[in-house]
Amino acid sequence: MYENNQTTARLILSDGSEFLGKSFGKRGTAVGEIVFTTSMTGYLETLTDPSYFGQIVVQTFPLIGNYGVSEADSESKKAWPSGYVVRELCQNPSNFRSQKSLNQWLGEQGVLSIWGIDTRKLTRKIREKGVMNCAITTEKYIDKSDILDQIRKFKIKDAVKCVSIKSQHEYQDFSNISKPFEKYIGRKKNFKICLMDFGAKQNIIRSLLQRGASVITLPHNATAQQIKRLKPDGIMLSNGPGDPAENVEIVSNLKKIQKLGVPIFGICLGHQLLALANGAKTKKLKYGHRGANQPVIDKTLGKTFITSQNHGYAVVEESLEKDVATVSHYNANDKTCEGIEYKKIPAFTVQFHPEACAGPLDTSYLFDRFFRLIEKNKNQKENFRICR
Amino acid sequence: MPINKDIKKVMVIGSGPIVIGQAAEFDYAGTQACRALKEEGLEVVLVNSNPATIMTDKKMADHIYIEPLLEKSIEKIIDLEKPDSLLSTLGGQTGLTISMKLAKSGFLESRGVRLLGARPETIDRAEDRELFKKTMKEIGKPCIASCVVEKVDDALKCLETIGLPAIIRPAFTLGGTGGGIAQTREEFLQIAQNGLMQSPINQILVEKCVSGWKEIEFEVIRDAKSNVITVCSMENFDPVGVHTGDSIVVAPALTLSDKEYQLLRKASIDIINKLEVEGGCNCQFALNPDKFEYGVIEVNPRVSRSSALASKATGYPIAKVATKIAIGYTLDEIVNQVTGTTYACFEPSLDYVVVKFPKWPFDKFVYAKRTLGTQMKATGEVMSIAPSFEQAIMKSVRGAELGLETLGLPEYENLSMDQLFEQLKIVDDRRIFAVYEALKRDCFAVAEMKEYLTSDVIDKIYEITKIDRWFLYKLRNLANIEHKLKTCELTEDLYIKAKNMGFLDSTIEQFSKTKIGNKKPAAFKMVDTCAAEFAATTPYFYSTYDDENEALEFVHPSEGQNKRVLVLGSGPIRIGQGIEFDYCCVHCVWALKDMGYEAIICNNNPETVSTDFDTADRLYFDPVSIEDVENVIETEKPLGVVVQFGGQTAIKLTKALDDMGIKILGTSAEAIDIAEDREKFDKLLEKCGIPRPKSSSVFEPEISPAPEDIDDKNYENNLKFEKTCEKSIEAAKKLGYPVILRPSYVLGGQNMIIAHSDKDIYEYIEIIVKNKLGYPILIDKYVMGIEVEVDAICDGEDFLIPGIMEHIERAGIHSGDSISVYPAQNLSSKIKEKIVKYTKRLAISLEVKGLINIQYVVYNDDVYVIEVNPRSSRTVPYISKVTGVPMVDLATKIMFGQKLKDLGFGTGLYPAGEYVAVKVPVFSFEKLHNVDTQLGPEMKSTGEVLGIAKNFEEALVKGLMAAGYNMDHDDQKSNPKCVLITVRDTDKPDCVELARNFRELGFELFATPKTAAFLNKHMTPCNAIQKIHEGENNVLKLIESKKISYVISTSAKGRNPARDSVKIRRKTVELSIPCLTSIDTANALVRSLKTKKNIDNVEMIDITTI
Repeated sequence: MYENNQTTARLILSDGSEFLGKSFGKRGTAVGEIVFTTSMTGYLETLTDPSYFGQIVVQTFPLIGNYGVSEADSESKKAWPSGYVVRELCQNPSNFRSQKSLNQWLGEQGVLSIWGIDTRKLTRKIREKGVMNCAITTEKYIDKSDILDQIRKFKIKDAVKCVSIKSQHEYQDFSNISKPFEKYIGRKKNFKICLMDFGAKQNIIRSLLQRGASVITLPHNATAQQIKRLKPDGIMLSNGPGDPAENVEIVSNLKKIQKLGVPIFGICLGHQLLALANGAKTKKLKYGHRGANQPVIDKTLGKTFITSQNHGYAVVEESLEKDVATVSHYNANDKTCEGIEYKKIPAFTVQFHPEACAGPLDTSYLFDRFFRLIEKNKNQKENFRICR
Repeated sequence: MPINKDIKKVMVIGSGPIVIGQAAEFDYAGTQACRALKEEGLEVVLVNSNPATIMTDKKMADHIYIEPLLEKSIEKIIDLEKPDSLLSTLGGQTGLTISMKLAKSGFLESRGVRLLGARPETIDRAEDRELFKKTMKEIGKPCIASCVVEKVDDALKCLETIGLPAIIRPAFTLGGTGGGIAQTREEFLQIAQNGLMQSPINQILVEKCVSGWKEIEFEVIRDAKSNVITVCSMENFDPVGVHTGDSIVVAPALTLSDKEYQLLRKASIDIINKLEVEGGCNCQFALNPDKFEYGVIEVNPRVSRSSALASKATGYPIAKVATKIAIGYTLDEIVNQVTGTTYACFEPSLDYVVVKFPKWPFDKFVYAKRTLGTQMKATGEVMSIAPSFEQAIMKSVRGAELGLETLGLPEYENLSMDQLFEQLKIVDDRRIFAVYEALKRDCFAVAEMKEYLTSDVIDKIYEITKIDRWFLYKLRNLANIEHKLKTCELTEDLYIKAKNMGFLDSTIEQFSKTKIGNKKPAAFKMVDTCAAEFAATTPYFYSTYDDENEALEFVHPSEGQNKRVLVLGSGPIRIGQGIEFDYCCVHCVWALKDMGYEAIICNNNPETVSTDFDTADRLYFDPVSIEDVENVIETEKPLGVVVQFGGQTAIKLTKALDDMGIKILGTSAEAIDIAEDREKFDKLLEKCGIPRPKSSSVFEPEISPAPEDIDDKNYENNLKFEKTCEKSIEAAKKLGYPVILRPSYVLGGQNMIIAHSDKDIYEYIEIIVKNKLGYPILIDKYVMGIEVEVDAICDGEDFLIPGIMEHIERAGIHSGDSISVYPAQNLSSKIKEKIVKYTKRLAISLEVKGLINIQYVVYNDDVYVIEVNPRSSRTVPYISKVTGVPMVDLATKIMFGQKLKDLGFGTGLYPAGEYVAVKVPVFSFEKLHNVDTQLGPEMKSTGEVLGIAKNFEEALVKGLMAAGYNMDHDDQKSNPKCVLITVRDTDKPDCVELARNFRELGFELFATPKTAAFLNKHMTPCNAIQKIHEGENNVLKLIESKKISYVISTSAKGRNPARDSVKIRRKTVELSIPCLTSIDTANALVRSLKTKKNIDNVEMIDITTI
């Protein structure tokens, strides 16, 4: 087994500790921020999630690559993490949809990967010490202090700019995007939605399309004017990577965009950015939430939902002004803010991923809530117009 | 919502005796339920007929009734105790069915009892096939094409639309009893007829056969606020077609992409929401391996075997959470005990692989059909946890105690590749071993040709078995390592690889013929429900060969004194070693904790209380094999190990542990050896002046040829076989027939028979040889007297006998299969004195420190010793409960030097109480085709029930009722009152009085010609009925006519399913007619029938008041 993957690779953490493993995917050296995800399935969705830009991802589930790679499951056009860490890489995947092995795919994608290490030990370390920087290297002779220097200096910069699209795209139907797997049974609405792409996962687009909407994806720095010209019924703020506070330009744009009177629904980074635009603050979590089993309480419904999550920052609840917004969702475990409802503008945002992929589809009802908000907003405008 | 304040007193119904399809998992669930209720300060009333359970322990509930689980008995207890609520979903199908009957009859409402856990509408929608299909259709969840029919004609009509192969599933039967897959029209007819008969409502489901699809399960929990989570996904190694209880199962599902996983997860959630289950629910799916297509197979809206497995696999206590939900809590209010900081409303994430491996009784029932299908046959299971599938499957195979350390089954090594592929077509308990053998052959062949491995063999195996290629590749990894170990130098790298793949050091040394210089110790990792995302506090571990040992953080360096004690568990539930040993282990742990010791458990049975994460101070979920135990010892460095409560599984490690210098707490390794070594034991008896049955003779078989070698072609082996038989016959003749034959190392009378003639000996030697049992064969004179059993506690100086038990059946029937009565009813005080004297002598001279179990036979005023076990026994739980002597507790204290005379229960024979307790065995014959039901020295029962009353007759009536006998014969319509007697010549004189007694009770007698002639000659009018081969209108027809209430059948020979007597007995099993195979049992039955007692006129007894 693994006859072809016997090149040694090392994982070096910023505290100087090392894990010895074997290389797969690309060879060389990669530096990034190490994070772990507890999702037991959906490694391809994870790898193609732009929110992982600049990070080195550890899978806590030990057996990865079992069902190979089926490109239709990708959440974007490429792999984003700078490095990938697994315990056991499956050499002989088995699934009727599998096109290639994960090893082959990661090689094509140029992701430096390492297998054969005790990922639980590593995870426990991250949990205790918090997120840190690290490097994966296949180079035998490397100056440790040199690489440690590189590791310690590393910072994820311009993340959103790097992952966002350069020009706008339009999606009328599924001709340019793979179809979703879960059927949508509700009533369809022919809304026009502008999706601000900060590193959007494709299933956000699919979730909107399958509800009957047409979607225009916009680059991260789209302005209020640009959006106004498109006359959208709703605006979606996507997920994305990096430190939210770094995105000064987007935040200032959002301050204007939210005044367009168009309903807004934000996910993950989109949620954090809108909060920043409304005067709130964000903080870095010790080791973040990444996985498909995070319980979130929806205060409106009084229920707890299992959600898919991938974030290292959170909105500071206390920094939200009471007359501007209220917290609508909490993380049941650590009680951090997981959702906000705005009072003065037709907008709500969530920290987790209702579009799932990977992970549970339990909160996809939020897209319906968004559509209802749009409908309500339209009716109000209509009434307003008639009255006038 | 917090707890419902109106709930103050809750009744919990257990699942009754252990049968195939309903085992220890419900003791685990019920125990968790009782504890969860008591935690809330609620008063708990418990009813269960099974005395070997922990849930029927005084600690567990406020009022405990060990009574028959019948609608009427529960009604009586409800009227006595007046509970305000009834918890229905934790007592398996048995508890659920009774609860539903009580709800539907209006009884619960009339008494103001609230039904907790499930509503009748929910249960009907899940269990009634037609309603279920309709419900699934409403939420757009596909079912597998099927129809529900009540007549054979309709079944055939349905078959036309569905096509062959088809599956038949009878409605409302346990573990799929009576179902099967039909490949041909003839088979279809046969199974359909049988299924209709087996179903209590004469209804079957005829279903499109999707065998070959993946079988996936989800465990789901929902609360009243409709918060829903899935606790665990599970994937069956064996595709659809094999009952999930008989499948090797992995958790989480390993071959599903996220899309497939979410598809089925969402379906599970939609289903539980639609059914409005409040509590746990199990959803089973068939998933097409070639496209996005699935079908719902089954939904169990209650705690089940799978939920016990899911609980142990994830650390999420499903039964406990389900109980809290039943009394009003919601998931977001229940704290996750494992982390202590998060809530029950989350989904566990695993960072390891779990494998469940079933334990089948085929080693015991050599004539049983080994093939697996929709009807469950396993009696128990083991679970293993490891970071890789390879390591996990290796752990579970060695943990299943099959005598295997790897997946290599010696029997298959001699098959040709063609024969192997033929073998693969047979879906039986050993298919995985045939797969492994084929893969191994391929590895060796390919290596010799110096070619790279091709996937040819994998494809071929897949085509035949439909076992997902992923699993096959993993098994090939194991075969590869085996090949390398056998052919390459044992490098450090190869050694570590082999360890990570789950190979034992002993196997590695054997394969590589190299002594391992630097053995790698195991490092333990924690099961924490969250893949290390949060710090966890529950010390639940499994072994790996990584470097970081998380267990060490919990093993506190002892302050001055080492207080750690390791208790070895009893492994999987099997015939002869059941739940009672878990009872003992758990009690030992409790006693240790009370005494201030740290109790550590090592066990691998997921169904039990001992492997609950909060039973012991630390739990090591690993096989109870010497190397695995050694690993635990290395980490824990306990002051000693307790072996006497874990049955033979733990006892058999004694010598090896002792050799390693580990302290065996309690009775010494030497004493255990004396009791098991025939020669040493004989010397001891001689020294003590205690007689054994007349004489004994040890005979060592010279050879053990493989079965295929016993034919004309292999003259030499044949000759040796003949010689073995000759020698045995010679020895038997010296003793005089009848004799008892057995291998020297026995458990539950395994492979033990009574031989009446030379022919019996021939048959026996053949079986021994076939099963390659290399042990010496023992031949004893068989003494047919009253069998008496004693459990005693000894501290090396004093002894205490809580009670003497007498068996209703004379010696010759295994003690586990006998009806056992406490206190003994027919022993003179002289005999009792003798028994006490002998017990004392044996216990003292063996220097027993703890428990000892001794079996005696009383014949003509003489007392002979048959067997001595210096360990806990099957009867310890029930004797503890009935006498009030906490036997395990005392035994544990004695291990640490306390003396009996200071423990407050006195010494000598403990005075008998005012209650009589009758233990009645329960069998699972309907699950095991071709097994002869005639009782003998080999144990066949899977469980037991207890009847307790102020006098013997009433206790017996209760015991028999609890075991399923109908004692109410006044209703002429349902019971035509006919008895069929067909007995061997030696029993004929004894059955005259029996027959007369039946006649006095108004039964009409039928008998086979010779038996009838004998009875008629002795002035007992009886109808003669033809034997099977004598004509059309024969005895089988009579049985089929449903006129017969009881059959009494004994025969000189049995076992072989081709024999008429076995056919008769099998027929009674099919038709659920009580069949008694010992005149003694039949006499006891008549005696209790004569009392005219039934559930209406017996008193229900709360054992906490005894």
